[in-house]
Amino acid sequence: MAFESLTDRLTAIIKKVRGQSYLTEENMADMLKEIRTALLEADVNFKVVKEFVNSVKEKAIGEKVLTKVSPGQMIVKIVHDEIVELLGADQCGLNFAPQGRPTVIMLCGLQGTGKTTTAGKLARLLKRKMAKKVLLVAGDVYRPAAIDQLNTISKQVGVDFFSLGDKVNPVEISKQAVKKAAAEKYDVVIIDTAGRLQIDEKLMDELVNIQSEVKPDEVLLLVDAMSGQEAVNVAKAFNDKLKLTGMIMSKLDGDSRGGAALSIKHLTGVPIKYIGVGEKLEDLEVFHPDRMADRILGMGDVVSLVEKVSEEIDEKEAKKTVNKMMSGNFTLNDMLSQLEQVKKFANSKFLKLIPGMSQYANQLDTEKMEKRIKVMKAIIDSMTLEEREHPEILKNSRKMRIASGSGTSNQEINQVLKQFEMMKQQMKDLPNMMKSGKMQSMMNNLNNLKK
Amino acid sequence: MGLFKFLKEKILKKDKTVQDKYVTGLDKSRKNFTSKLKSLSKKYQKINEEYFEELEQILIEADVGVNLTMEVIDQVRDEATTKGITNPDEINELLVDKMFVSYAQQGENIVNEIQFAKEGPTVLLVVGVNGVGKTTTIAKLAYRYQKQGKKVLLIAGDTFRAGATEQLTIWAQRLGCEIVTGKENQDPASVAYDGCVKAKKDHIDLVICDTAGRLQNKANLMNELAKMKRVIAKEIPSAPHEIFLIIDANTGQNGVIQAKAFKECTSLTGVVITKMDGTSKGGIILAIRDELGVPVRFIGLGEKMEDLEEFDLDQYLYGLCLGGEEE
Repeated sequence: MAFESLTDRLTAIIKKVRGQSYLTEENMADMLKEIRTALLEADVNFKVVKEFVNSVKEKAIGEKVLTKVSPGQMIVKIVHDEIVELLGADQCGLNFAPQGRPTVIMLCGLQGTGKTTTAGKLARLLKRKMAKKVLLVAGDVYRPAAIDQLNTISKQVGVDFFSLGDKVNPVEISKQAVKKAAAEKYDVVIIDTAGRLQIDEKLMDELVNIQSEVKPDEVLLLVDAMSGQEAVNVAKAFNDKLKLTGMIMSKLDGDSRGGAALSIKHLTGVPIKYIGVGEKLEDLEVFHPDRMADRILGMGDVVSLVEKVSEEIDEKEAKKTVNKMMSGNFTLNDMLSQLEQVKKFANSKFLKLIPGMSQYANQLDTEKMEKRIKVMKAIIDSMTLEEREHPEILKNSRKMRIASGSGTSNQEINQVLKQFEMMKQQMKDLPNMMKSGKMQSMMNNLNNLKK
Repeated sequence: MGLFKFLKEKILKKDKTVQDKYVTGLDKSRKNFTSKLKSLSKKYQKINEEYFEELEQILIEADVGVNLTMEVIDQVRDEATTKGITNPDEINELLVDKMFVSYAQQGENIVNEIQFAKEGPTVLLVVGVNGVGKTTTIAKLAYRYQKQGKKVLLIAGDTFRAGATEQLTIWAQRLGCEIVTGKENQDPASVAYDGCVKAKKDHIDLVICDTAGRLQNKANLMNELAKMKRVIAKEIPSAPHEIFLIIDANTGQNGVIQAKAFKECTSLTGVVITKMDGTSKGGIILAIRDELGVPVRFIGLGEKMEDLEEFDLDQYLYGLCLGGEEE
């Protein structure tokens, strides 16, 4: 997940400050240095970091008197507000053409930033969520098989595909595509272009020519979330030539911290419109600066969480499980399915989105947990139905049978039973725990799984 | 400055054409970097704290990373103080000197060329995150070794991305070499297996196996890679002999995390840095070497199949830091 370490680092700094009654020049300097290093390691541009740190410093000093109450919270707020400001205070959607002609979207960027995949993702989003009739245009005539790739993707998405092969000039291809789209009443035309270096004048001119021929409503730059310091100069060069209307950051499902997003937005003013969060065609999300800033600071992204969960979890099934948990009728079978869910949960992005959980998410060793769950499953699968419902009947002879059936030892079986008792108790306590927010004890329980 | 002079003399003796090509490819990066260094030394008659701060900025903006930058700058600062060096030019030379030593000390001696097995096919597995240029690099490597008279076989191990197999097939046609492909979404390990069987049967010298791009934090995809490696070893016991991680020169600090994860999963034998014909300085390779000891073996300088050069530290630093001074 992006920005993870930045979060960790700031959490550690804030803890340091929290122990003190008020902010001094000294502990501020420490903190600012840490913030600086963290941002640089996150690939935020050097100059932007400098400005950022200065601006945080000024604001913190101004607020000095107020911070006596809770310096930690104060700093979090200042840093948070600064990042939101850097990212752009509000979200903005796509520009559509006035009725009567198709909207034209042109994608551009360096090689390997994900233009072709993103073209497919955008087409899917426009078709599924906005009910648009989309035409995908293969404008990359240079990279071998780029046209095949877009063709395959257009079939997967179920939108029409336009290509004139790799012998025709991309400017001509774009012109004819838009003409066809207007005649056949398409809503949106998405033009995929070849990756190019911003210093390649010939290819940059080609983009300029496409732009002046088809007058796109959106010119979107693809930026790789893993980009380093140079990303800013690349974006500037594209922006100077083409007057970008927005950018899409790709590969944010990796663990890069995506600092380039902050820098580019700040130095060029080009807004981030979408983010790519996976290789599948549905993995494109609207960019929310405030959510991103929250995530950066480990404050949790509750809105995203709710959206995600409601999208991916079968509500009826979830209700059934919760009811069972609460009723105290908790059996070994339930424990197993519960742990499987926790495993899924820990593997996914959800855990980090829960307020206060992001710092624990790193501590979870999912691989060890998976192994442990596998052993548990073997043990429980070797039990009779009665034993699963009433584990208290498990005496030595039964345990020995289970041990040989599951290839485990008596000791391991006892561990599972102990774990079960603990979980059962906790399930009973759950309603109270929710109220008092004792997530920590739940985390400890998860961590016990590793042992 | 003994080492530095040694380095410079060594470079000047190098074959002029190779050096020129290298320097041209690195031109944009080099100009950027050296013009900054030059204007910096002009600006300052004597060095002071501000000078070091600007040096720091130059290195960080080259993606060398905060840790290594601070380390090198601190060393230069200390040595400058003890030796009483105040001339900016000398400081710049000292800096290059330190970077050279730091790289050279972090691992074993480096042989760039692929190390061929004594008998049977040599297998090279090519790995990396999405969009770094794995397939193009494979074409370049195949071209390079075909020219050296090796019989090359390509394995289209990326069965996931749309168009990936077609892309490598087009390259194979252009190169006139054989290729083993699988069906869409076929287990890449089974494609690799088929390739190895064919390689043994047809007495292939070099097998280059492509893999799908994968982000290093996706455990199941990394496991898939480990499986490919195991399956290859089953068919050809000492294989894969080489595993190259492809890194995009535009990559920031995540490059170190990438190298670390891929190293843990596949025991890398080298790095190929691509897209060095752009403006990015690729300083991340210094950080990768510093933290993990994995050496850079080749460097990609364009989109054509001949745009691949052996990595040469002397020339890299020369191109990056010194080339401008000769003008």
